[in-house]
Amino acid sequence: MIGAAGDGSELGARLRERDLSAAPAVLNLLESSSPPAREQAKALLAAVSPAALGGEAPGQIVGVTGPPGVGKSSLLSRLVGAWRARGRSVAVLAVDPTSKRSGGALLGDRARIEVDPADRSVFIRSTAAGDRLGGLAPATRAAAAALSAAFDVVVIETVGVGQSETEVADVADTVVVVVQPASGDVLQFLKAGIMEVPDVLVVTKSDLGRIATRAVADLRAALRSLGAGTAVVAVSSVAPGSGIDELVDALDAHVAGLDLTARRRAARRLHALDDFVAEHGERGLRALGGRREAEKWLAEQDPGLDVPALLTALERRAAVS
Amino acid sequence: MAVMADVPSPRLPERDRPWLMRTYAGHSDATRSNELYRRNLEKGQTGLSIAFDLPTQTGYDPDQELSRGEVGKVGVSIAHRGDMRTLLDGIPLDQMNTSMTINATAAWLLALYIVTAEEQGVAEDKLQGTTQNDILKEYLSRGTYAFPPGPSMRLIADTIAYAVRHVPKWNPINICSYHLQEAGATPVQEIAYSMSNAIAVLDAVRERVPRELMGSVFGRISFFVNAGVRFIEEHAKLRVMAELWDALGRERYGVEDEKLRRFRYGVQVNSLGLTEAQPENNAYRIALEALAVTLGRSARARAIQLPAWNEALGLPRPWDQQWSLRLQQILAYETDLLEYADIFEGSKVMEGLVAELVDGAREEMQRVAELGGAVDAVDYMKASLVESHRERWRRIEAGELTVVGMNRFTSTEPSPLTADAEGGILVVDAQVEADQRAAVERWRAERDQKAVDQALAELARVARDDTENIMPVTIAAARAGATTGEWAQTLREVFGEYRAPTGVGEAAAVPSEAVAELREEVERVSEALGRRLKFLVGKPGLDGHSNGAEQIAVRARDAGMDVVYEGIRLTPSQIATSAAQEGVHVVGLSILSGSHRELIPAVLQALREAGAGDVPVVVGGIIPEADADALREAGVAAVYTPKDWNLNQMMRDIVALVGERHGVDTAAPA
Repeated sequence: MIGAAGDGSELGARLRERDLSAAPAVLNLLESSSPPAREQAKALLAAVSPAALGGEAPGQIVGVTGPPGVGKSSLLSRLVGAWRARGRSVAVLAVDPTSKRSGGALLGDRARIEVDPADRSVFIRSTAAGDRLGGLAPATRAAAAALSAAFDVVVIETVGVGQSETEVADVADTVVVVVQPASGDVLQFLKAGIMEVPDVLVVTKSDLGRIATRAVADLRAALRSLGAGTAVVAVSSVAPGSGIDELVDALDAHVAGLDLTARRRAARRLHALDDFVAEHGERGLRALGGRREAEKWLAEQDPGLDVPALLTALERRAAVS
Repeated sequence: MAVMADVPSPRLPERDRPWLMRTYAGHSDATRSNELYRRNLEKGQTGLSIAFDLPTQTGYDPDQELSRGEVGKVGVSIAHRGDMRTLLDGIPLDQMNTSMTINATAAWLLALYIVTAEEQGVAEDKLQGTTQNDILKEYLSRGTYAFPPGPSMRLIADTIAYAVRHVPKWNPINICSYHLQEAGATPVQEIAYSMSNAIAVLDAVRERVPRELMGSVFGRISFFVNAGVRFIEEHAKLRVMAELWDALGRERYGVEDEKLRRFRYGVQVNSLGLTEAQPENNAYRIALEALAVTLGRSARARAIQLPAWNEALGLPRPWDQQWSLRLQQILAYETDLLEYADIFEGSKVMEGLVAELVDGAREEMQRVAELGGAVDAVDYMKASLVESHRERWRRIEAGELTVVGMNRFTSTEPSPLTADAEGGILVVDAQVEADQRAAVERWRAERDQKAVDQALAELARVARDDTENIMPVTIAAARAGATTGEWAQTLREVFGEYRAPTGVGEAAAVPSEAVAELREEVERVSEALGRRLKFLVGKPGLDGHSNGAEQIAVRARDAGMDVVYEGIRLTPSQIATSAAQEGVHVVGLSILSGSHRELIPAVLQALREAGAGDVPVVVGGIIPEADADALREAGVAAVYTPKDWNLNQMMRDIVALVGERHGVDTAAPA
């Protein structure tokens, strides 16, 4: 029973058949670090790779981030409701900051996302961010890729502003940053380039009236001056409230206007290289002829390969494995 | 002899009248509770204190899903005016002084009380009593909230505005410091947070009443405080509250009449310090705590209710409560307590303690004010309380704080007091819930449905219109025969629902050797498992007493586990879904309301249905030994009660349990 690795390719097959009940076991496997589990995880990811699926995974991957206390969770509760009303299945990966000293973490986010517990088409998993800078749990990227084979929507929720949206941008098709009306920080961060421009910006608590209207106008003006095509949506924080359907539409519109294949392919290459550097360091990178060389070489590889397969290819090329 | 003339007589010209004596009582249904009240009044109790069950407190009818297992448990189930009529049958409401521990649904229960008085032919302006009606401490500690802060403050303001005009002898709110201490508050925190809370309430009412009424509003605000066993400091705390309250009335609200600025409070002494180990010792603790609120005349309680010696074991029986009432009567009628002026007047020690606490409290009140006041500072206050409670627990575990019979002087003879079949507690008849479900269905079938629909539609309209007082339509709905669940559901639809902060996320890790050892063991087992040991801490049912669950969650986090803690009031299926989706290795459930016999097996069943039937479940709470056996038989891996106060030991057990289930060798539990 140690490691409880499970059968990776069988789990992958269940995801391909859009069996949502496979999700907990998929996450258990992807979060495991024992060598047999790592092997099974590779098999799982290969089984849901674009090559195996005959194209990119159908699910839409949405990253949601923003400073603590802006109402991300209540926004998510209602967003999940809106997706469900349109008949879509939803997986939420909530990433919580870890308490560094002990290694333990209090995962409280799912508490605030209110869903019907009997609804089997909603899956919520909370994960500690681990030691990774920027906030994403190591398994989150892999989980998002795997679950997007089965779920219509996969949400990655993280806390913070200025850094987390960059990490999320590397994984998600669409990045949503959530802010509340009176927070001038975001405006400053955007102008100063500290924060990457999100695909969709949500202003919560639109029931604050004039303050919210003003915030939306300011953000729109700032984004225009940066030449960004970011949609700005104001959402009420009081149920049933307004703005949620507009937000779902804005997310759909963003994906529709996206070269999804190119974006995901680039993301996979980036991850493979990140993982390679994490494992083999600068020395490994030098063996590949430097970062730019490695990127160029990756671009020539089979676009249907998943991240572990690309990593293995890199290792073979650098002759470090 | 001339010298003597300058010294005022230490004796009062006339012995003081005793405080109101109550017993917090009520269980099962209205009929049984009514019998209990009449017996208590015969025994010399001078007021009533109604304990409602959790469905009534949180606005659910006995036949709703969340009510399962909770009906009639920690108090009486009151679903409509018919129940209230039965509850108060034969008790003349123009003479009774009734305290109701009711908060989220206070407006509703006050309305039922007014309608019942009406049926007895008693006008509302004759009624005397108290509705607790303090929502902020529900967010901070007690957990029986229903609506978000904004609408909740409006309900409070509306009941106060209504009462001041129409029920002038009623205390429409009892600002509670009591539950803050139960949640771990230090005396400074208890004073500062309750005063800040009062400011938030008064500011909200100020918006809704004409200026000239503010004096009477201020005069109608009373407090509900706690008194722990450190009774000298506790008495000083009350003097401080009186001083700060007077200053607040004068300075912030311009109340000129000194009488209206008087600090009036009722009290229930400390339950936090009552132990399951050697429970008879609690009788002494209660007596000493009663001194804290009676010794000094200038800060003496107006009303007292004492807990029973066996509250850490389960629900007290009428005899247990009688024993506590007799203590009050001995204090008031046998001793010379009520014959003197204030015995601390001029005491340097008392003055010094008061000065210290005033400074500390003012500083902490300032901090809350800077955060935008009590409503906006709920997160901060909650996190501070969790932190204080943790520190208290750490001191008990380290032996720095002595609790006799628990962490010191633990060898004991078997207690004859708990020797009977039920272990010396009250067991609520399991049939009550089924009867109440059937009764509320009958009530709905027999009433004038059209009148109820109209009344509820009116209620919804006024709820949406912030400018109108909600009390008149609430009274109309009570008269029409609406139920507790219907009243609350109508408001939930307009106001929305709310989950209070858990306060655990902010708690800082405190290094200690014992925890470091534990952490190593968690690392070792996690490594063998392949991923970090993941622990779900769940609170099923309506019980809001989350202090224990919070401490367990924080300690497990400190020990290196990933902890999923979702706060209070979860259904068995919510807990099971979380456990399955989160892939936890072990589930811990905490229940203090006595509903464990129904809810724990329901969670086990739901876990099996969610495909997580192999995840081990441990249970903690006020669980009598007889029930613990039944739970273990149903599949619970371990049962913890207040006598298992060493959290590190509990954590070691849990790690070992997970290790055992997964075939990992673990260190032998110490």
